Amino acid sequence: MAGPVLEMRSIVKTFPGVKALSDVTLTVRPGEVHAICGENGAGKSTLMKVLSGVHPHGTYEGEILFEGELCRFKDIRASEQHGIVIIHQELALVPYLSIAENIFLGNEHARRGIISWTETLRHATELLARVGLKDHPDTRVADIGVGKQQLVEIAKALSKKVKLLILDEPTAALNDEDSGKLLDLILELKHQGITSIIISHKLNEIRRVADSVTILRDGRTIETLDVKDPATSEDRIISGMVGRDLEHRFPERTPHEPEEGRAPALEIRGWTVHHPIDQQRKVVDDVSLSVRRGEIVGIAGLMGAGRTELAMSVFGRTYGRHAGGTVLKDGREIRTKTVPEAVRHGIAYVTEDRKHYGLNLIDTIHRNISLSALSKVARRGVVDEHEERQLAESFRTSMNIKAPTVFEPVGKLSGGNQQKVVLSKWIFAGPDVLILDEPTRGIDVGAKYEIYTVIDKLAAEGKAVVFISSELPELLGMCDRIYTMAAGRLTGEFTRAEASQEALMRRMTKDKEVAR
Amino acid sequence: MSTDVTAKQPAPAPADSGKGEAGLLQLVLEGLRRNMRQYGMLIALGLIVVLFAVWTEGDLLLPRNVSNLVLQNSYILILAIGMMLVIIAGHIDLSVGSLTAFVGSMAAVFMVNNDMPWPLAVVLCLLMGAVAGAVQGFFIAYGGIPSFIVTLAGMLIFRGLTEIFLAGQTLGPFPKGLQKVANGFLPEAGPDTNYHNLTLLLGFALVVVVVVQEFRDRGRQLEFSLEVPPLKLFLLKLVALSAAILTLTFLLASYKGAPYVLLILGVLLVAFGYVMRNAIIGRHIYAIGGNLAAAKLSGVRDKKVTFLVFLNMGMLAALAGLVFAARFNAASPKAGLNFELEAIAAAFIGGASMSGGVGTVLGAIIGGLVLGVLNNGMNLVGVGTDWQQVIKGLVLLAAVGFDVWNKRKVGS
Repeated sequence: MAGPVLEMRSIVKTFPGVKALSDVTLTVRPGEVHAICGENGAGKSTLMKVLSGVHPHGTYEGEILFEGELCRFKDIRASEQHGIVIIHQELALVPYLSIAENIFLGNEHARRGIISWTETLRHATELLARVGLKDHPDTRVADIGVGKQQLVEIAKALSKKVKLLILDEPTAALNDEDSGKLLDLILELKHQGITSIIISHKLNEIRRVADSVTILRDGRTIETLDVKDPATSEDRIISGMVGRDLEHRFPERTPHEPEEGRAPALEIRGWTVHHPIDQQRKVVDDVSLSVRRGEIVGIAGLMGAGRTELAMSVFGRTYGRHAGGTVLKDGREIRTKTVPEAVRHGIAYVTEDRKHYGLNLIDTIHRNISLSALSKVARRGVVDEHEERQLAESFRTSMNIKAPTVFEPVGKLSGGNQQKVVLSKWIFAGPDVLILDEPTRGIDVGAKYEIYTVIDKLAAEGKAVVFISSELPELLGMCDRIYTMAAGRLTGEFTRAEASQEALMRRMTKDKEVAR
Repeated sequence: MSTDVTAKQPAPAPADSGKGEAGLLQLVLEGLRRNMRQYGMLIALGLIVVLFAVWTEGDLLLPRNVSNLVLQNSYILILAIGMMLVIIAGHIDLSVGSLTAFVGSMAAVFMVNNDMPWPLAVVLCLLMGAVAGAVQGFFIAYGGIPSFIVTLAGMLIFRGLTEIFLAGQTLGPFPKGLQKVANGFLPEAGPDTNYHNLTLLLGFALVVVVVVQEFRDRGRQLEFSLEVPPLKLFLLKLVALSAAILTLTFLLASYKGAPYVLLILGVLLVAFGYVMRNAIIGRHIYAIGGNLAAAKLSGVRDKKVTFLVFLNMGMLAALAGLVFAARFNAASPKAGLNFELEAIAAAFIGGASMSGGVGTVLGAIIGGLVLGVLNNGMNLVGVGTDWQQVIKGLVLLAAVGFDVWNKRKVGS
């Protein structure tokens, strides 16, 4: 048997303050489909960025051998010249150019700067036939669906004489039919001698196409398993993905005692949301859940499970197209069609993307905090600056926001402190229900503990908390109850006592065929 | 023109109180360094004034010329205030020059052709401006059409309508009452003191109001046990502010007194400064310009706010159109040419950002004055209009370039 086509040895990659990869080794045999799986944040995407030269040589430690040759890629072009092509989760196509133009973008069939359209067309037709796409090469990319766009990306990779194709969660945005076609294509390419690395959460997909699977956890390689080996069950893979001890620390929590006869603070019934553009796709599918006062309820799910979409859709229809379902507050149906309505009914949503959706980065701490409820520090439409400033000062102290004054622009703060500002802002709004979306993403361990303490205090004060997270340990450490979601559906509900990482992960990786 | 008490940020206090004993100069420098963005343009304005005062051998600061400066620039300053709001909200308005001309022509149709009483005509004109702004605002906020496009269309439409209404002619004269508002001065009163008494009185009153207000503000801050700037720095600021007001007062009082237009401008500056800083709607304007997505998710009614900003711009453009037409005592099809560009330039010189979310009303006035003093000064020393444009272009580039450089240095 020939030697490995790719070897990555002891890769270490550090970002300021975070060690994303601490010791990763990956060996890929020629002509195989190699799956990489792991929790969100395990380092899968970072590893692929190291491999493809997005993180150039010199910014990481360790070595990469491709076809037995030591590689020092300084950018993506360099790795592509060797035949390594990566297809990112967010497709990199220009919507208003044609399929053919996209395939050869940056790599045009041209003579002295003038494009040869006949050559382009001929070659594009050939490539499209190979990926099984029947649309005309002159079709605009904006006019074809995501599934076909994915195929265009692969055709683009083929045009670069790809030897190693990397697909980052290729089916995350696709419906079942398109996913199936794509997986078939990967197998077909395998027969043509192209090696693939596929990053995926979906264990059934891995079982279908992959020959071997490497499991990453916390920036380390845990193991590489042979998928065809009958010993490699889904459970085996799951235990590899989550098998870490509960080493994180959480504040002591007295578990919530449900009050008899009192309606839940927030109840969602039969909630369904369609994708804003691809309206055939259900991003959230018939979800029903509830949370009581004083309770912390987790929603676990992997990327693309529809958790954020569910939350944003409930919070003033800020995502997608609502296609059914009702929201009840304290047992009474309420309208939450706009954000002001949702806020008035005492619902707050703390976004997972604080930079884009949570904060006005160029404005100060105190103005960010007061924004969601300015009328509380205002009389007849006029803001009392002194009261506002004092309010911000009190949050700065109580939330331990590390900044010299409250006049500091929020953009200058660290991630943890920015998160505290976002939380302050919504606590100030005085909600009964807080939906926290990945509240500890991208912040350091110390700040995480502080955030947990705040969440715990909020629940103790009788607020209902919905805690969305991809980190299972923090859900297990903080929540009274945990729901799991996969592919837009609710796939399970666990009490604190029933929940374990393995049990949750099993429900999180269930794709559609749900046994409830 | 430092009549504004509301548009100043409270100067952040030094981090440790041990600096209380530091020298006054050091405190001032420290304060300036912290508020570079704020004071940078004010200092630049001061330098330009000094430069031209020397160059024109004092002619720039002759009472008569100062009076003229105010009158000449009033309409651009009025537009600049509205434009600042539009730019802070993350938009642009190219139609204001044409709208100015359009409202001027309507004013002439009302008053010259139909002998309408002038106060009624003024109200009608302001209403028309508001409606014109509201229509554009509707397309921008609710129709989702980019403001650049909508107001570019408005620029063409209103210019065309002006020419249609005036049939290519210049209409005038306007009623005496209106002329007086645009060109006149406060009436004489009291004993003969060689100065204009009412203006002096107004100036002194303003100083008292400013001082009392500042002390009350400081008192409130202490009451809330918030940190305040050191007393020395606070007093120095008051002295400088008062001196500036009194200088302007005496300059104007030794000629014909304060022009009515100056009062209008003062009221606009204080009112809009207050709204942008202290009113909820003002905060919401900053928020939608700073991060639209975050503002929406915070419950800001972004569409309504955008709509109102353009409605307001239309009304201010109408006011500028009235002042302009009355000052020249005629409505002309070519009125207000390039006013939108002057107003936009004033806003950017005054610290607005292309991406929105940044700027103050006082900044717009300072930016407008920089341009105004440049115009006036260069006229006095006899620089041709050709070179004037070149120099104004360079100043705009330098001002914004400095801003960008300063921001990069601080790092964001």
